[in-house]
Parts: sequence; C-alpha cells; structure tokens
Amino acid sequence: MFDPVMAFYADLPLVVQILTKIMIIVMPLMLGVAYLTFAERKIIGYMQVRIGPNRVGPRGWLQPIADAVKLMFKEIILPSSANRFLFVVAPVLSIMPALAAWAVIPFGDGMILSNLDAGLLYVLALTSVGVYGVIIAGWASNSKYAFLGALRSAAQIVAYEIAMGFALVGVLMAAGSLNLEKIVQAQEGGFLHWYWLPLFPLFLIYFISGVAETNRAPFDVAEGESEIVAGFHVEYSGMTFAVFFLAEYANMILIAALTSIMFMGGWYSPFPGIPVIGEPSVFWLLAKISFFLLLFLWFRATFPRYRYDQIMRLGWKVFIPLTIVWLVVEGVFVYVKLGPWFA
Amino acid sequence: MTLKAVGGYVKSLFLLELLKGMSVTGRRFFSPKITVQYPEEKTPMSPRFRGLHAQRRYPNGEERCIACKLCEAVCPALAITIESAQRADGSRRTTRYDIDLFKCIYCGFCEEACPVDAIVETPVFEYHFENRGENIMTKDKLLAIGDKYEADIAAAKAADAPYR
Repeated sequence: MFDPVMAFYADLPLVVQILTKIMIIVMPLMLGVAYLTFAERKIIGYMQVRIGPNRVGPRGWLQPIADAVKLMFKEIILPSSANRFLFVVAPVLSIMPALAAWAVIPFGDGMILSNLDAGLLYVLALTSVGVYGVIIAGWASNSKYAFLGALRSAAQIVAYEIAMGFALVGVLMAAGSLNLEKIVQAQEGGFLHWYWLPLFPLFLIYFISGVAETNRAPFDVAEGESEIVAGFHVEYSGMTFAVFFLAEYANMILIAALTSIMFMGGWYSPFPGIPVIGEPSVFWLLAKISFFLLLFLWFRATFPRYRYDQIMRLGWKVFIPLTIVWLVVEGVFVYVKLGPWFA
Repeated sequence: MTLKAVGGYVKSLFLLELLKGMSVTGRRFFSPKITVQYPEEKTPMSPRFRGLHAQRRYPNGEERCIACKLCEAVCPALAITIESAQRADGSRRTTRYDIDLFKCIYCGFCEEACPVDAIVETPVFEYHFENRGENIMTKDKLLAIGDKYEADIAAAKAADAPYR
C-alpha cells in the first residue's frame, strides 16, 4: 500500500526528504503542545474538583484552537524602552532549542531524524541554550519584574543542569554510549531491564531537575504570579508570548521524552514476549511520554511553590552530592557486572 | 545523629510526604465535580434575594406607590429621585420615580421602608445596559418589571412572610 509513496519519497532531493521528516516530527509536536495545554487545564481542574474548560466545541475539545486563534490576532506590544531587536529575538532563541533537540530523539528502531553518536551531549547542550532566550527576554524587556524573573530562572536552570548532567553521566556509564538509539537498545527487555531500577536515584533526580529546568510548578519561581507577575515574559503579548508558551510546553514534552528514552526503555514494551502488546513500538514511547507529562501536571496540581533558597538548597546541596554518590555506587555495579543491566 | 533524624532523612529521601500529597490530588481527580454549569444549572436562591427593582400594583391594576418619599429618605446611596403631584381623583401620586442603578447598592432599605410594599427588589439579577442612560430606571420601566415578574415577587414575599 505504501510502496508507491515510498518510491516517490526516495526520488525526492535530500533536502526535501529531511524537511518532510522535520514536518512529520514538528507538526504532531505542535498539536501535542496545543492539547497539552488543554489536558493541563482539564486535569488540574479535575484534581481541584472542577471540570475545566468545556464550552468551545464538544466537551471543550476546540479550546486550544480558540486560544491559538486569539493569540494570533492580538497585538504584539513593544515596550518603548525595550531593546527592539533582542525583544523579538528572545522568543525565537527560546523555542529553537526546544524544537532542535527533537532531531536526535529516537521514536523507534531506526525512526530517528539524525542518528548522532554524540546525541546525549547534543541534547544536554540544547537544553542549556534554552536559558539564553529567558535571560535575553528579561533583559530586553527593560522591566524590573522581567529582569528579576530572568535572574531567578537563569540561576535555577544553571543549578539544576549540573545535577541533570550527572544523571546523564550515569546513563552514559550504564549504556556505554552517547547515542540515544544505542541507549534504548541497551535497555532491551521488560520493565525490570530498564535503567530506572539500577539508576533509581538518578532517574528521580533527572526528572525533578527536568521539572526545574522547564520552570514548571513547584519550581516556577521564575514566573511566580504572586510576587513578580509573570517573570521574564511579563512584557510579551500576542504571538511573541505564544512562542514562549510553545517553548515551555515543547520543553516539557522533550523532558518527558528524554526521561522515557533514558530510564524507561524508550520504545520497548514493559511486557516482552506477549503478542501484540509485547511488541516494541512507537506507541509505547508515546504512552511513556504521556505518563511523564501527566506527572508534570499532577505536580502542578499538588505542590506549593518552593521558596527561592529552598530551590537552591535542593539543587546544590542535595541533588549534586546524591548524583555523585550514586555514580560511585554505579561504578561498583558496572565493575561486578550486576544483573541484566551491566552484563 | 539520633534515630529520629535518620528517619527524617529516609522520609525526605524517598519523597514519602510528596507521594502522600499526590495521592490526595489523585483521589480528588475521580471524585464527583461540584461545578455548577451556570446558564443551564443555577444555584438555589433565597426569597430575600435583592436584585433588579420593580414597582408593584394592586390586583385591581392601581399602582401601589403613594409618593410618601420614605424610600428616597432612607436610601443611603441617594439613588432614588421622586417628584409628586395630585392626580385628577385627588390622590397623591408620583410624577417621577427614578432609581439610578449605578448609585444603588442593593441594600433593600427602600423595600423595608415602603409602607405599601410598592417598591421591591426582584430575584432578577441577569440584566445589562447597552446604552448610556439605561441605568436610570424610570417609573414606567419599574412598573413594567413589576407587571412582568409579579408572580415571582408574590411567591418570594409569601415564602419570606413567616420570618418577618
């Protein structure tokens, strides 16, 4: 059935082929972002014994479309004292790494846009670049709230990146490769073969640092409504605001995807050997991503915001020492070739 | 280091408190929702509810208001303006009875002050103005509202009667 289409596709120039693949990744991602906002409002609503948006379309399903259309038609306000160039560039700098990191995410065996051998480093680098969008937005706005928000968020992202990096070193030690596809293949097998079990503290630290990196509750001091209005994006409106919003949610999906790939066996099924549901497939990866996204929303519905010094204490004095200790423990695991993971 | 401190470390290391909190929100996810779907569903309303104003009539069609101006005197927001004159049959009646709904604070004192139950506040709260000046409720408008909602007003008065 797909043969003529595939033959046509193979004849296309390489640039067009790559662009097609990019579209195949980015379009569902954007749709995912749109419906993640809807899911967030619905799920948090349900957890607060409300029902959430249900007016636009059947049961509210067109709400994200309505939101997007509204934002597109709103005016982009440039504050008179803002640095115009940087003000406009900042949202672009913030969404670019959030999208570019998807290039090395393996969705299935061979289903990867760019099979980089240094994929893990590339991901780490791009998630770090995201902070520049925030800093530049806060500085270019020339507003005290935006500036304070940017400072907070920059300090927070830098602090948690170190713990995140150490957690990734743990994965690197276990898999013996920086290639994300090889990392997943090293976890082949059922639920207990995945890296979350031997690397459990690193798994928790990675995901929690991921929540902190994306500035989500309970680490959302960067946009703490009660004290600094909305943080670094106070001065943004219309599409420029929408782009920041897209970047935040694309980053959430990215962190969820990376956690599933590095600790939860990527596209492998938790029940190997059983027909149909035991098959490795992209749907397992999507299910795992959805689970971690649910956790993001669940955290937001449950936890009050951390105080700023508590965030710094957790990042520097708890997570970083813990990861270092566990790297030593993992070194022992690797040395004795423990269980199915380090064989 | 005491055993208690060690227990505290273990507790915080395994995020037990956080899991407890998440179990609370997780359970609430499945509990019945308390949202009232407003235009379709409405919350119960007290018979003493003070909404839009109205002027009532007697069953024979005669307007109740006798222009005693007690409501004008009691109104704390000075929202009521009354002018009166003698009618052809010799009774005293209002020629002008305006309530400025922007000034009105819906305290219900006018209703309390009225010796003939002429000015009342109805259970109607869903109304709006589209033009400047529509906030002034004239005598004609008030009487029209009274005619329209007489059944609701009478029912609310009857329900509240045992308690006054």
